[in-house]
Amino acid sequence: MSLSSTSESAARRGPAGIRLDQVSKRFRGGVLAVSDVDLEVKPGEFMVLVGPSGCGKSTLLRMIAGLEDVTSGHVYIGEKDVTLDLPQKRDVAMVFQSYALYPRMSVRRNMAFGLRMRGTDRIERERRVDQVAEVLGLGPLLDRRPAALSGGQRQRVAMGRAIVREPQAFLMDEPLSNLDAKLRVSMRAQLSLLHQRLGTTTVYVTHDQVEAMTLGQRVAVLREGVLQQCDTPQNLFRHPVNLFVAAFIGSPSMNFVRANVERRVVRFADLEIPLARAVPDGPVVLGVRPTAFAPADRDGWPSLTITPEVVEDLGDERYVIFEVAARRVDTDATRAALDARSADEVTLLADARARFTARLPGDALATIGEPLTVSVDPARLYFFDPDTGAAL
Amino acid sequence: MSTRVETPAPAPEASAATEVVLRRPRSKWAPYITTGRYIALFALACFFLMPVWALLLTALKDPAEVSVVRMWELPRSFSLETFRIVWPELKEGFVNSMLLAIPASLISSMLGAMNGFVLSKWRFPGADVVFPLILFGMFIPYQAILIPMYQVMKSTGLVGGLDGLILVHVIYGLPITTLIFRSYFTGISDELIEASKVDGAGMLRTFFFVALPVAPPAFAVSMIWQFTSSWNDFLFGVLLTSREYWPITVALNNIAGGQTIPFNQSMASALLASVPTLLVYVLLGRFFMRGLMAGALKG
Repeated sequence: MSLSSTSESAARRGPAGIRLDQVSKRFRGGVLAVSDVDLEVKPGEFMVLVGPSGCGKSTLLRMIAGLEDVTSGHVYIGEKDVTLDLPQKRDVAMVFQSYALYPRMSVRRNMAFGLRMRGTDRIERERRVDQVAEVLGLGPLLDRRPAALSGGQRQRVAMGRAIVREPQAFLMDEPLSNLDAKLRVSMRAQLSLLHQRLGTTTVYVTHDQVEAMTLGQRVAVLREGVLQQCDTPQNLFRHPVNLFVAAFIGSPSMNFVRANVERRVVRFADLEIPLARAVPDGPVVLGVRPTAFAPADRDGWPSLTITPEVVEDLGDERYVIFEVAARRVDTDATRAALDARSADEVTLLADARARFTARLPGDALATIGEPLTVSVDPARLYFFDPDTGAAL
Repeated sequence: MSTRVETPAPAPEASAATEVVLRRPRSKWAPYITTGRYIALFALACFFLMPVWALLLTALKDPAEVSVVRMWELPRSFSLETFRIVWPELKEGFVNSMLLAIPASLISSMLGAMNGFVLSKWRFPGADVVFPLILFGMFIPYQAILIPMYQVMKSTGLVGGLDGLILVHVIYGLPITTLIFRSYFTGISDELIEASKVDGAGMLRTFFFVALPVAPPAFAVSMIWQFTSSWNDFLFGVLLTSREYWPITVALNNIAGGQTIPFNQSMASALLASVPTLLVYVLLGRFFMRGLMAGALKG
């Protein structure tokens, strides 16, 4: 059941890359939605655009599709400058958030529509539709109208409609966001498999950083129309370029506190941690991943004594939440990053004090209210400029 | 229909503020109020249907039985004799009106659909100016354009036949059909149109393959409106057509307007003349209810 063998046209062309060159979008009324974005999607790559709502990620995708005019800059698909091409002239397929199935056509006709519009002959059309339908398990549904399908089935039809086209690239605009949580996770895995099998260049928009990290070969983080960082999920997690990316990527999110660096020692609250690397002296925002904590005294790791306020037991691991005697870091960047997360992760207690989350092994001893000593990996501390938010 | 709505609100009590009141307590007058309301509605409906009642009764009476004094009495015998008498007079007008109203409503609905589509879903620069201009057409009274229109039609040689009358009705219907379709298409998801663009369809194919198939409810409204207004039109018909192309309204006027015509014949003619519009309402009306967009979106 291989699709790639039948995709002669796609195979002949090979997957195409997409290049955005200084692309900006200013809407009528003056809102700058996308600002000077340079981005290169390699042929066959799965690129995820992620960011909080209103960050311009969907606008960027729609500019690649040609559904939105480019104010300045150029869009290339393959080697061709398509900046001024109409969407129907660009060989890309799009999966919409609402699926946008043609309501008066059967599933079969929905899937064949793109081929029909491009003049593929009837026999070839039917062959391709049948094949894709088989792969996606849509065979029994081919003669139904979209109204007679469930949400997950509609989603697969929308996916199938894109695949049948064998386009140079897939553009997906939050295609999983209307599915329930369980279905979303399984669809996510299937999407990864599908991409491995087809090898088609894909640009995928989501506001969910977990989806971005799990699906993307590379992830581009956007904020207020500006590309913050584009890198592999590993690098985004390990080397965030600024406070926003650091706060946005990773679950649970990074802990932040205002601190002071002086002669290779960072001080905050009543704690001191000697540094493993040189950081310029002065005030900083210190970031610590919950996973940088370990129980008791590790060799060479600085330790601190904390009082757990909340202990969340997840079996294999426990999250210990404790208060730090310092002010909470509340900048635009951290707020924007938090807004983009699901509501349950947003701080419930509007408290000026900083709270840290530490991830400890499931067998680590932690009791609410009883002092506990934990150690911190000094190599995994992050420092940010308190004014610009840039990583130091 | 819920009687709950009618019940007067209970006096606000201290406890009412704190507890959620799901059902208001029923007043002991509630049943009487409901009954009274239905009686009033029934009486009003009867009042408004009186002319129709008189029309039906008189048209179905035997010609010998008709008199003003006994207008409200039921016919002693059911008779279609009157229809048989007036039909030959009306037949020509009836056929003419069919030949006029069907193409006029189809063409203006189709053009309205195209207008509505480009004004809502395939917008062009200046669409915001063009749409109000088209709408202006709705507010120009027939009488204001009568003379210039007649002159234009005369100079183009379109006076006398049905073709000119059809053209006039098509053009006169455009503002309202454009409005109907524009409003309807505005309610359709933009993503549907965008999906079609990305799938490779241009403006015409998007219109015919994607927009038009979901538009039957708008067609129903537009067709009913256009059919009724071109069927019922008298002024343009009498002005622009010669005798052999007179629509039914003109023929009806000749029967009903005459002094010596027995009024049972007027009634029967009026009934015959209104049958097609009634049929159009009945046949197309059910499309209002149908949700033809079902299934397009996540739902």
